[in-house]
Amino acid sequence: MTGANYLTEQRGLRSWLFTLDHKRIGVMYLWSTLLAFFLGGVLAMLIRLELLTPTRTLMDADTYNKAFTLHGAIMIFLFIIPSIPAALGNFVLPLLLGARDVAFPRLNLASYYLYVAGALMALASMITGGIDTGWTFYTPYSTSTGGAVNLVTLAVFVLGFSSIFTGVNFIATTHKLRAPGMNWFRMPLFVWGIYATAIIQILATPVLGITVLLLFLERVFGVGIFDPKLGGDPVLFQHFFWFYSHPAVYIMILPGMAIISEVIPVFSRRPIFGYRAIAFSSVAIAAVSFLVWGHHMYVSGQSVLASALFSFLTFLVAIPSAVKVFNWVATMYKGSIWLQAPMIYAIMFLLLFAIGGLTGLFLGSLAVDVHLHDTYFVVAHFHYVMMGGTFIAFLAGLHYWWPKMFGRMYSERWSRIAAALVFVGFNATFLAQFVMGSRGMPRRYYNYLPEFQALHVVSTVGSWILALGLLITAGYLLASLRKRPDAPANPWGGMTLEWQTSSPPPTHNFAAVPVVDRGPYDFPPLEAEEELAGRPA
Amino acid sequence: MSKSEVALEHGAHEPFLQHHFHDLEQQGEASKIGMWLFLVTEILLFGGLFVGYGIMRMLHAEAFHQGHLHLDRTLGALNTVVLLVSSFTMAMAVHSARTGDRKRLIVFLAATLAFAGVFLGVKYFEYSHKFHEGLLPGKYYRHTGDAVPGVAAFFGFYFVMTGLHGLHVLAGMIAIGWLLRRAVRGDFSPSYYSPVDLTGLYWHLVDMIWIYLFPLLYLIS
Repeated sequence: MTGANYLTEQRGLRSWLFTLDHKRIGVMYLWSTLLAFFLGGVLAMLIRLELLTPTRTLMDADTYNKAFTLHGAIMIFLFIIPSIPAALGNFVLPLLLGARDVAFPRLNLASYYLYVAGALMALASMITGGIDTGWTFYTPYSTSTGGAVNLVTLAVFVLGFSSIFTGVNFIATTHKLRAPGMNWFRMPLFVWGIYATAIIQILATPVLGITVLLLFLERVFGVGIFDPKLGGDPVLFQHFFWFYSHPAVYIMILPGMAIISEVIPVFSRRPIFGYRAIAFSSVAIAAVSFLVWGHHMYVSGQSVLASALFSFLTFLVAIPSAVKVFNWVATMYKGSIWLQAPMIYAIMFLLLFAIGGLTGLFLGSLAVDVHLHDTYFVVAHFHYVMMGGTFIAFLAGLHYWWPKMFGRMYSERWSRIAAALVFVGFNATFLAQFVMGSRGMPRRYYNYLPEFQALHVVSTVGSWILALGLLITAGYLLASLRKRPDAPANPWGGMTLEWQTSSPPPTHNFAAVPVVDRGPYDFPPLEAEEELAGRPA
Repeated sequence: MSKSEVALEHGAHEPFLQHHFHDLEQQGEASKIGMWLFLVTEILLFGGLFVGYGIMRMLHAEAFHQGHLHLDRTLGALNTVVLLVSSFTMAMAVHSARTGDRKRLIVFLAATLAFAGVFLGVKYFEYSHKFHEGLLPGKYYRHTGDAVPGVAAFFGFYFVMTGLHGLHVLAGMIAIGWLLRRAVRGDFSPSYYSPVDLTGLYWHLVDMIWIYLFPLLYLIS
């Protein structure tokens, strides 16, 4: 496209390292989180490979423990939590609001550097002894085991600050920097989702901060809060940990849902069904998320009454989640559906999230959970939500905004092939784990009984198909960057503000401050659109 | 649209207006939201500690009572008064900034800084006294002759809570020192003083946390 854009206006490494532009910070976050995903993914492949046979396949038990711990920690803290808000959200949130930048650009850059510092600390653990506690750092094991637990807990503390800074920034931006005419109910639903996420980031992350800090101090000074040998209470750690980490699950899924709320109306060419219901359900999920942490602790010696209450509250989460799913499906009904990569991934999200969400209800039921607790059923459930939900939604968003971010269209054909492989591979990997789990295969075990081997082989082969699909995705996306810029300003016919500026956008986002006088999904009749070549009428 | 463009042009004359805001008012309101959100995270950070304290005190009620006898109530009360007065001087500093009284702003900021220094000075004497007696956190606890076991846990909490609070006082002193420098330089005016305002909010929170720490640690009955 003509003229300078945010990628070309300034050049050189310094112009990136000291940038205050939310788009550049978003892009730096994108590459960093993708790198983290790659590392976590390699670990996942190694874990699956080890589990191909019931006994040792390629690594010893100790290495295996460290591999799954690091896989979990990297994927949660370095990829899923920052990926959608800090990478895609940073890029598009101000654009969606018609703003020039986020409210606190310097805080935004500080958040990125804290992320990098935390990431380096977490990765340094690999060469300073590793960590074998699982990503949950349960006491008393975590207060007594050796290795790099201190380093990783400090890394999590630092990463928490990074996450908080992003949340503070987005809330202030949403409140104060909306374009003229954009009232709360003209905001794109992505903003509502990110806003709800930011609330959880702000309210939950400090508790994780103090928890890992106390764990660190327990290890260094023996303060005596979690370690029963010193008079502490190890279950208290679980309460603290899950008070953050269950809401954190919604830090992970809400931004994914937010992306789906953008993609489905655009590719169905229909105003979203039940705008307010979707908007408020995000906030409802955020609110209920703080009251369900005890469902991780049904077998930790929690009182029966508490467990029953937590179980009931857990079921409540299903209501706003289902409200969203039904509204998305209703939006597609009688729409003009255009099966481009973002929409393919959005539909994939609906299928996989439905499975992930409903199996969550099994685990939320008291009696069933006793049977399924700490089995592969749990592993499969949260991978269906985190990977089948959030990661697939991330792919939808990445494919949706890629032309806006980099000004290039990617190969449509390859994107379909890759999506098919991802879908088949993902389901092969994790459906098998549901079956194994319900038959009693415990999670995190290095060796297993021979009768589980067939399902483990299915799961491992599935992981290869999944990895192939993702490598192809990386291939065609990176290949598109080598082309000349060819993306039009609005390749998908979206009505939100980011599509009204050029691709990639200029440094200050908009030539003139946009004025909003309609909702984000008020599409004109399709016949009137002439620039949308290739879209079926 | 025309209205906002006018605002943008007008704003270009303000030296402290960042390019993405229309005017200083919008900028000030945004930073105030940011600060309040940050304070929420601070409350939750300390909230975790308070919950931990509550549970540990429930588990080791006698040891906590025994442990608090080692603390010097007079010094604790003195520090409470010092911080309360510093909150007052900070509030006066904000008021002076709002009314554009640079001289009084400098005086009140300097006074707040001095009171914060006194607080940390007293804390230093308390800490060194505890170190001397072997009243150290957790596994470094060396004090002998306690009537009940578990006093080490009390001192674990004492040092974690007052230590984290002390770090916050230190951070506040750095912020106030920076404000002082800017005030001397003449950066602030009735239309631009939000750094003073926001540091004030932070300082009051640090003060408030101490108001809870003091009875919880020094006045256990």
